This record gives sequence, structure tokens and C-alpha cells, in this order.
Amino acid sequence: MVHITINGKVIKATEGEMLLSVIRRHGIEIPALCHHEAIEPTGNCRLCMVEITREEWDGWKKHVTSCLYPVEEGLIVSTHTPDVIEIRKTILDLQLANCPDSEVIQKMAEEYGIYKTSYEVVPEGDNCIMCYACTRICEVLGRSAISAVGRGHRKEIAPPFGAEPPDCIGCLACAQICPTDVIPWTDRDNTRTIWDRKFELISCKECGRQTIAREFADYLIEKRNIPREYFEICDNCKRSELARKMGEIVARAQEVAI
Amino acid sequence: MRIDSVDKLNHWREKCLKKRAAQKRKVLVCLGPGCLASGSDEILGELKKILSEKKIKGVSVESIKKTGCHGLCARGPLVVIEPEGIFYSRVKKSNVAEIVETTLEKGELVEKLLYKDPSDEQTIVDYKKIPFYARQQRISLRNVGQIDPDDIDDYIASGGYSALARALNGMKPQEVIDEISRSGLRGRGGGGFPTGRKWATCAGIDSDIRYVLCNGDEGDPGAFMDRCIMEGDPHSVLEGMIICAYAVGSREGYIYVREEYPLAVVNLQKAIDAAHERGLLGENIMGSGFTYDARISRGGGAFVCGESSALMKSVAGEIGEPRAKYIRSVVRGLHDKPTVLNNVETFATVPVIINKGGDWFASIGTETSTGTKAFSLAGKVCNTGLIEVPMGISLREIIYDIGGGIPEGREFKAVQTGGPSGGCLPADKLNLPVDFDTLTEAGSMMGSGGMIVMDNRTCMVDVARYFLNFLVSESCGKCVPCREGLYQLHGLCVKICEGKAVEESLALMERLSKVIQTASLCGLGQSGPNPFVSTVSYFRDEYLAHIRDEKCPAGICRDLITYTINDKCTGCLACIEVCPVDAITGEKKIKHVLDQEKCTQCGSCYAVCKFEAVDIE
Ligand SMILES: Cc1cc2nc3c(=O)[nH]c(=O)nc-3n(C[C@H](O)[C@H](O)[C@H](O)COP(=O)(O)O)c2cc1C
Ligand code: FES
Repeated sequence: MVHITINGKVIKATEGEMLLSVIRRHGIEIPALCHHEAIEPTGNCRLCMVEITREEWDGWKKHVTSCLYPVEEGLIVSTHTPDVIEIRKTILDLQLANCPDSEVIQKMAEEYGIYKTSYEVVPEGDNCIMCYACTRICEVLGRSAISAVGRGHRKEIAPPFGAEPPDCIGCLACAQICPTDVIPWTDRDNTRTIWDRKFELISCKECGRQTIAREFADYLIEKRNIPREYFEICDNCKRSELARKMGEIVARAQEVAI
Repeated sequence: MRIDSVDKLNHWREKCLKKRAAQKRKVLVCLGPGCLASGSDEILGELKKILSEKKIKGVSVESIKKTGCHGLCARGPLVVIEPEGIFYSRVKKSNVAEIVETTLEKGELVEKLLYKDPSDEQTIVDYKKIPFYARQQRISLRNVGQIDPDDIDDYIASGGYSALARALNGMKPQEVIDEISRSGLRGRGGGGFPTGRKWATCAGIDSDIRYVLCNGDEGDPGAFMDRCIMEGDPHSVLEGMIICAYAVGSREGYIYVREEYPLAVVNLQKAIDAAHERGLLGENIMGSGFTYDARISRGGGAFVCGESSALMKSVAGEIGEPRAKYIRSVVRGLHDKPTVLNNVETFATVPVIINKGGDWFASIGTETSTGTKAFSLAGKVCNTGLIEVPMGISLREIIYDIGGGIPEGREFKAVQTGGPSGGCLPADKLNLPVDFDTLTEAGSMMGSGGMIVMDNRTCMVDVARYFLNFLVSESCGKCVPCREGLYQLHGLCVKICEGKAVEESLALMERLSKVIQTASLCGLGQSGPNPFVSTVSYFRDEYLAHIRDEKCPAGICRDLITYTINDKCTGCLACIEVCPVDAITGEKKIKHVLDQEKCTQCGSCYAVCKFEAVDIE
């Protein structure tokens, strides 16, 4: 157990925890775009920056990304100083220039009083904020089918060599975790398309509806030891089946009761 | 021969020295990057050819010694004749026969190749008396330009590996660390972190594996100190690394060298192989029982890969992207193990400190920046080249006394220290002492030792634009303030150069700079706005001239200048011939006319006119 001070209040935290979790747990709102509980923090978006100091630092302070900074005994944290707010505003202002069409960014910027970017809108911007959530979740799944390639402002998320990603299993985790919703995918007929690669979708034995990509099912069968039969019927049908069974049980129970 | 004890090393050195003494006459041919570019390999070839054909007393092909950068690159190709130190500069292939005949055979001087001091036309024979060399003090560069980098015995003869012997034989690891701490040595790669403290931290961590890495990335455009050390004296780097490994308890490590330095890779590899063969690297070094091995890791040449955490990722085969270093890499570095990373020059300095003592080193330089520092002097300065000076020397002494001032009688305008993300200091800062803290206070930084001098034909807004452009493309692109912030800062700078900015832009840029500096993930972003911040604080009027008056006072920014032809025009047709868009018309001996509508401000007419008849406004 360590003690830290957040905005003047002494708070207990567990060793190894990151500041952001502790701050949020205590009801203080801090924006973040690249943070997600399911993946390792990387500190790309810089929105969660806070100011830290210590008694013995004699007034010296520094700014750190709270998602990456582990709690330490005696740490004094301020989450909304004028400097911190200036950082967040500037970053949102920059992001707004980078992806003016993103509703998520617009909304976050508005909360910090920015309705129009102070900067030149980036030509050919694509709403990708380079948070790496997609590459990190893909890594968690053990696939690393996509990665950030290139440098500087031309950096982009892409499969190796810009071709169809051989390690992709069509699970859609990247598209679903993306905070600005910029990874395109489609399900049409029996085919899912993502990162220009096509996947066969499994059809439900009962209703014929498409469920998940076959590669993804194979992956879950192998890695998570899920029985193959599990994927033969869609969730909906499973639920109806369950409801039907439950109904039968209830009916029988009622009969017994009567 | 394997050297398996200190005695053997001493014995071997004696032998090497005897061999050296038997062959007093040496002809040093500089194969440093500057001289090589101006054809010194041809000189070497010619010299070999002539000497193998001729019989001269005391001279043979064996007398030729190819060296790394000798220093005064501006006058290359250089040939130096020992033992007198006769300095021949701007040597051409056609001069070689004359050098052989006149100097090597007759013992006379080839007058026209000697150094003439530009100030008084005095001829100086011995290079050590040339002000450029006389004002320097060489520690990390002690052997560069003096020894043959391919010959480990030449290094040993110059005292090489004696510091390692001393450390392994008479010093405990902690004593080595104490000596380095006492020297006050601070990292030469830019950060200026105390080397002894870094080693002590690493040694103090409980771990089965520790790494010692050398940073030879040297990404700063215009900097070539580390390159010259790796190419010209690779063993000094190795020796420093082995001493460090002994001090911190490491058994393996890497030298990270950028792909653009092929000769450095070759020479380092030769040095590693030779050291292995001599028993000075690898298993049971010098029979002491201590084992350390180093390998070369090649970098793809990204500027950001010089940053410590990115470098370690790159060595591990991952994408070279920095990570947040709330846990320092000395604690958790390569493969998450404690790791010492030091710069090439830092390591090259270590053996001298071990031999001469920390107190000796600390007596040179200033209180907080001890010792000497190597710089590559570039830009608008007469004596461009490689130098090493005591810390605390003034910028003026470097630029005027060693550098020989500004060429073509132009005026000094600014000097940029610290590489692309360093700062530009104006004339009234010329008396500042060069040390870590003073340069930082003045809004620049020591960096790794690039020093670019600018004259009055330089536009400082254009300079800021140029370096920002470099940083925008070299940013790793991971964090927002660096990627988007520098991109916008550069965009605004371009606007100013085009005369399309408003005065409020400056305030916006200053605010943006502050956020980039505090909120960026690594040192690249944190220092990225420096080119703008330093120029706008020292040359604000120049920015305002661009914005308010839409004028570029230095006559550089194309969109803000007009060329006109004045009455000095003699009608020589030269400008008409070079103008790529046929904007100039006229006849021989009649003043020419420039059509502003057609002119693209390329400056060709200005460059070609011999009569100062083209004005820039
Ligand atoms: C963007 C960036 C580039 C860097 N490039 C280099 C480099 O090329 N060479 C170098 O030695 N250090 C470089 N550094 C500094 C290293 O991170 C590190 O501090 C240094 O290698 C440590 O060695 P030293 O203490 O001996 O200086 C760079 C730092 C940053 C932030
Ligand atoms: S390269 Fe020859 S003096 Fe520098």
C-alpha cells in the first residue's frame, strides 16, 4: 500500500498501479484516447498528462502521462493545473486539425472549449489518431497482423508490406477498439473483408445467419480450447434454445407445483 | 599472438615500439570522410605505386600509414610526414611524385603544398604549430589521424589497452567506477548525464545479465565526431566498453552503428576480430578470468534510433520507437535487463581517465563540465573539420582562433550547436563559455557536438524551417505533440517564409512550442521546437520583417525577394544565359532588363554576375 496525494487529498493505492487508474477510481475525470484496460499503456495520446511533484523536490515539478506512471509513496499529483489544461487543449486542438470529421475528437475538444482548430487542417487526414490501440489489441491476441509503419507525419497503421495481412484472423478486434472508428470492414454474403483480406464467415446451422470468420473460430478452438460445436450455432439461436429449455423447465416446475 | 597477461601486453608493446622506432619516417595519408571525398584514396594508390618502384633510404611502402580524419578537413586531402609533422594540404594525385622526390628523397619541402596562414601569409611547416591544431587539446581524438585504425599493434604501441590492463589487474570494479565518478565525465551523446553515476546504478542492480552498449548512431546532419572515432580509432571505443563492462559486471554488449557509416562498421569489425585474436576481447581477457564480448548492431539510420530506448528496441530487432522512461534504461534496458548505454566519444575517453586519473581529467575544463569535448566544425567557417577543445573555451575562440573566422570576409550571424534540435546563438553570445549548462541556459545545447556556423547571408527563419522540416520527417510519429505539433510548427514557419503569416502566428507558435517541449514522449520532441524558439528569441526582428513587411532581410526566402538589375550592368550576357525561364533580355554591352512577371527568384543571375549588378530586395 502506498499513499499519494491527488489534488490535495491523500489517497491509498496499491503498489504497481498506474496513476490514471487511481485518479479515475476517485471520480476525477481525465481524458484519454489511447488508454484501454485490455491493453498495455503506451502514452501516445498524451491527454492523460498530470503534474507531479514530491515534498523533497523543493517546488520542482514535472509532467507525466498518468497511464504509464506507477504510483509511488509520497507522490503529489495535480490533475487540472493551468499548465496541464493548456497541454490537453493544445493536443485536442492539434487532433482536431488532424481529424476534423471525428465526432469523438470534436466532442472532447468541445469539453475543453475548442470548437474550431487554431491550426491548418491536415490535408488528406483520415481520422486516425495513431493511438496504437489496434496494433496493441492484435498483439494481445498473439497475432500482430498489423503495425505502425513509417515515420513522422507519414506514419500509418498497415499490414506488413501493405499487402493482405497473413496473420489476420478477421476477428475485428482492431476495428472495435478503435476510438475514432476508422478501420473499415464489411460483411457481405458469406464474406468478411478487413485490411483488404477476405474471410469466410461461418453460417449458423439453425438460422443460416453469419457468425464469425472461420479463421477466428479456428484460432479460438486452438488457443482457448473452445469446442468446435460451439461455433456451429449462432448466439441468437443459442439464446432461443436456452430460452426454450428454460421455458420447459419453468413449465415443468409449474406443473409440479400445481 | 595472444596476450594472456599484463606482462605479455607490456612486452608486446615494447616490441611494437621498437618496430616503430626502426621506421622513423612515416607518410600519413588521411582517409577520413572529408579527405576521402576529395580523392585521398587516389593519393594513397599513387604513393604505394611510386614507393614500391623506387628505392629510397629509410622509406618504403611500409612507411605509408593510412589514418582516420586528421582534423583540418577544409584543406584536404592531407598528407603528413613524420617525424617532423610536415603538413601538406590540398594534395593532388599529380603532387605525389614531387612529394616523394623532394621531401622523402632530398629532405626538402614542397613549398606550394605547405600551410599558409591566411592572416599573415606565413608558412607553417609542422602541423602542430598551425593555430587550428595548436589551440586544441585531444583526449578522445588522441589517436584519430595518428594511427592506422586497421592495426591493433599501432594502437597498442600508442598505449592502447594499458588502461584495460590496469583496471583488470589492480582495480576492483568499484574503484573503476569511483575513478570515472571523480573525473566528472558527463555523457558526450547529448544528455550530459554523469557517466560514473550511470555505471554505479547499473552495477548496483541485482541481475544475472547486464549489457554495455555503445551509441554510434550519430544522426545529427553535419556531425561526424563519432564517425571519425569509430573509423579512425575503433580500439579506443572497444577498450572503453570493456573497462565499463568490467566495472558494472557485464558479459556482452553491442555497438550500434548506422548503416550510412559502412567504413565505421568495417573498421569496428576488424578491431573486434583483432582484439579477439589478441585475447583482449571475449573469453578470459588478458588471462584475468574476465569475459566480455561486443558485437556490431546495424541501425537503419533513423535519427530517433539514437535515443536510448529506441536504440535498445532496434538492437533487439523491434521497431526503433522510444518508450516512456519512467523506469530508466540503466535499470531496465535491453531485453529488460540493466543496461549502460554510452556514446562513442564517452567510451573513447574512458581509457585515458583510467590511465591518468579522474583528478587529472577533472582539472581540465570547468567545474561542472570537466575535460574536453570534440566538435565537428561546419558551415560558414574557414577551417571546417574535426576538433577537440577543453570545456569552457569560448565560442569565439572556437570559431575565430581555431576555425579561422568566416570565409570571404563576411560577417558572422549565428552558430548552431546541439544538432538539428539545438539552438542558434547570435554574435553577442560569442563570448559564452562552451559547457553543458551555459549552452542550455542560453537556449541551445551541447548536443553531441555538431557546430554549424552561419554568415550574414543566412535567413534565420529559413534555418528554423529547414531544421523543423528535418525533425518532422525524423519524428517517430508515435506521440501527438511531436508528430502533429512539429508538423504544424513547421507549417507555420513555411507560411512566414512565404510572407503569408500574421503576427498572431508567432504567439501561437510560441505556445505550441511550450506544449511540445513539455508533453512529448522523448527527447526528440522535447527539444524539437528549439530551432524556432532560439531563433525567434534572438532574431525576432527578422521574423517580423517577414510578417509585417513581407521582406526577407537576408535575401533568401524566394517568395519575399525581388531581383533587379542596376546600372553596374555591363551587358555581358552572362545572366541571360543562365536564366532558366528567359526572364532577362538585352544585348551585348547594353544594360539588361529583368521581367518581374517571369522571374522565379532562383538566384542564378545573382550568383553568376561578376559586377554586382544584380540587387536583391
Ligand atoms: C532524438 C535523440 C537522438 C539521439 N541521438 C544520439 C546519437 O546519435 N548518439 C548518441 O550518443 N546519443 C544520442 N542521443 C542521446 C542518447 O539517448 C543517450 O543519452 C546517450 O547515448 C547516452 O550516452 P552518453 O551518456 O555517453 O552521452 C539521442 C537522444 C535523442 C533524444
Ligand atoms: S577527413 Fe582528412 S582531415 Fe578530416
